[in-house]
Amino acid sequence: MISTTYSDAILSAFDYLLKNYPEVFVLGQGLWSPWYVGNTMKNLDKKYGKDRIIDTPVSESACTGAAVGASICGMKPIIVHPRMDFMLYAMDSIVNQAAKWSYMFGGQLNAPVTIRSIINRGGSQGAQHSQALHSWFAHIPGIRVVMPSTVQDARDLLISSVLCPDPVIYIDDRWLYEQTADLKPIKETPLNDVTPKCLKEGDQITIVGSGYSTLLALNASKKLHSDGVRAEVFDLRVINPFNSINILDSVLKTKRLLVIDSGWKSCGMASEVITSIVENIPTNTLIDPPRRITLPDCPAPSSEVHEKDYYPNEEKIIKFINDEYYF
Amino acid sequence: MISDGGKKVLEDPNYIFAKLNISQIEHSYLEDFLMSMSVIRAAEIKIAEAKKNGLIKGPVHLGVGQEAIAVGVSKNLRNTDRIFGAHRSHSHVLGVDNDLHKLFAEVLGKNTGFSSGMGGSMHLASKSKGFLGSVPIVTGTVPLAVGAGLASKLQKSGDIAISYLGDGATEEGVFHESLNFARVSNIPILFVVENNLFSSHMHMSLRQPLNTINRFAKAHEIETKLVDGNDVVEIYRTSSEFIRRMRLKPEPYLIEAITYRWFGHVDWREDIDVGVARSKKDLLNWKKRDPIKRLSDAMINKKIWTIEKQHNLDLKVDELIHANWEKALHDDFPDRKSLLDNVYKYD
Ligand SMILES: Cc1ncc(C[n+]2csc(CCOP(=O)(O)OP(=O)(O)O)c2C)c(N)n1
Ligand SMILES: [Mg+2]
Repeated sequence: MISTTYSDAILSAFDYLLKNYPEVFVLGQGLWSPWYVGNTMKNLDKKYGKDRIIDTPVSESACTGAAVGASICGMKPIIVHPRMDFMLYAMDSIVNQAAKWSYMFGGQLNAPVTIRSIINRGGSQGAQHSQALHSWFAHIPGIRVVMPSTVQDARDLLISSVLCPDPVIYIDDRWLYEQTADLKPIKETPLNDVTPKCLKEGDQITIVGSGYSTLLALNASKKLHSDGVRAEVFDLRVINPFNSINILDSVLKTKRLLVIDSGWKSCGMASEVITSIVENIPTNTLIDPPRRITLPDCPAPSSEVHEKDYYPNEEKIIKFINDEYYF
Repeated sequence: MISDGGKKVLEDPNYIFAKLNISQIEHSYLEDFLMSMSVIRAAEIKIAEAKKNGLIKGPVHLGVGQEAIAVGVSKNLRNTDRIFGAHRSHSHVLGVDNDLHKLFAEVLGKNTGFSSGMGGSMHLASKSKGFLGSVPIVTGTVPLAVGAGLASKLQKSGDIAISYLGDGATEEGVFHESLNFARVSNIPILFVVENNLFSSHMHMSLRQPLNTINRFAKAHEIETKLVDGNDVVEIYRTSSEFIRRMRLKPEPYLIEAITYRWFGHVDWREDIDVGVARSKKDLLNWKKRDPIKRLSDAMINKKIWTIEKQHNLDLKVDELIHANWEKALHDDFPDRKSLLDNVYKYD
């Protein structure tokens, strides 16, 4: 076992895929630049050649469409968007085309493209350089949406995503890159087998997160533990199609549900998790109403003054739990 | 092909550039150009320094070396025109609104800034001067500028739209859609492409089959001119002719200005993310094509300017920078309570 960072885990998944699958290739902006995607693609161009690691013009729409097209023809392309906000130029290829290619043609064709989309927030970058739009994509049937929060998943779920015969959006958050863990050897896992995972056990409240908010939930719950609050923490991992079964069992035990999401509240992933649970449990199960911690209803501010108020953090979560619940 | 009488092409760092031809331009205009370019240069160097010292939080994209373009174009504009920029737009806003205090306050995140401290360097606006927004989504404002031109056409105001964009921005599909729509609808818009040969770390030669982009204008039957982007007089002459015609008869035009940025793509270092093809030697060569020094030299040569006057101008610029910076430093940050303000205009 070797201790690895989240960003190195992503790099090692690329390495594994490129080494073992000749049909894998990568395209996107910044792939020939050592600093652009925070070490996660470092030197891949030198190792695998510029034919398979393609740094592209500033053309998100065409490059994503091209990746979809190549995927229909037997390749396993990974299109990288260094920032989710830039990917919005590519919505047609993702939502109208890739998501529906299998369904529209009766399963005769499919588009096994992987779209790696990076959430890159903070640092006063403001409204167009900070968005976490995973919930949007989770709304679309036909697109799988993967959000690794642990180092192990950063590597393993990228591999599962690329090997999956469906289009997958794999979303990594730069705020997770410094996490470290000891990794088990690589074992290919079908994406269908990936379900929400319990990262910490407890019997008083179920806290659900995805991506970076899972890390927040975990850290907060550890601190709460010393105050005597026993929280159970779940990491969603795959937000579409969303399988709520493990979380359901947990809520039946804890009778309290809190969802933390890095997106906005309205029509967001937190609403989806709460609904999927509430509609499947007896009416009087919950001791407290289900709750969610999300972003305030405004674009990401540039000002450092506002940024502090904008993003959820450990302290805010602990305070929220202490204020809202009586155990 | 860009050629200059057998000399190397404009985009070549070794291109042998001619002395500026400043004939037939009013002296007061030349002095204005010199002043504006010097102020913009000094402001951005100040911003670079403050970024390095950690006083500025957000990213800053500096256009040092590229000042001539906005200065030459802006001289033709009026407050009712509609101007849009992108991520590297300090010069674009200062070109029409020389309020240094507002720029400094904005990059420092103060509530007295161009965008009340809500935007930072990448989100600037000055409505009263016609600067309707600069944002960091590449090519994001190009179709908006087309719409602004369409509005003036419908309003029969004679106002025009200016869309500043970079060479990288011509790679987005929406640029091409915008050109076609502007042409077919006869929209009064001047596309000003600042071709500094780089998009982030990537040289043009890694991204496009040619190092120039004016072919796109030709494909859409839009009149275009390729100019030396470090020659403020040529930029002024070209834009003033195009804009004069646009005000009489609504039509799109495109100027491609070849230039070079002295800093890296973002923030204060020269070397960061300079790309595969950019060398120290190229940078030094490009610095010889300094748009400010070229103008000053040409004016001194013609005896309409002196070394002493230049010295006084530099002192004056220093004072302006200092005074406005100090003022901005002492301003307040936005009120914490304003986080949810202005999400909707109607509340
Ligand atoms: C849609 C989108 N894609 C990618 C980026 C990342 N990006 C920011 S600036 C830039 C380079 C743009 O180059 P150019 O248009 O030539 O402007 P310059 O930086 O040279 O002034 C890129 C790729 C972005 N901001 N928006
Ligand atoms: Mg450029």
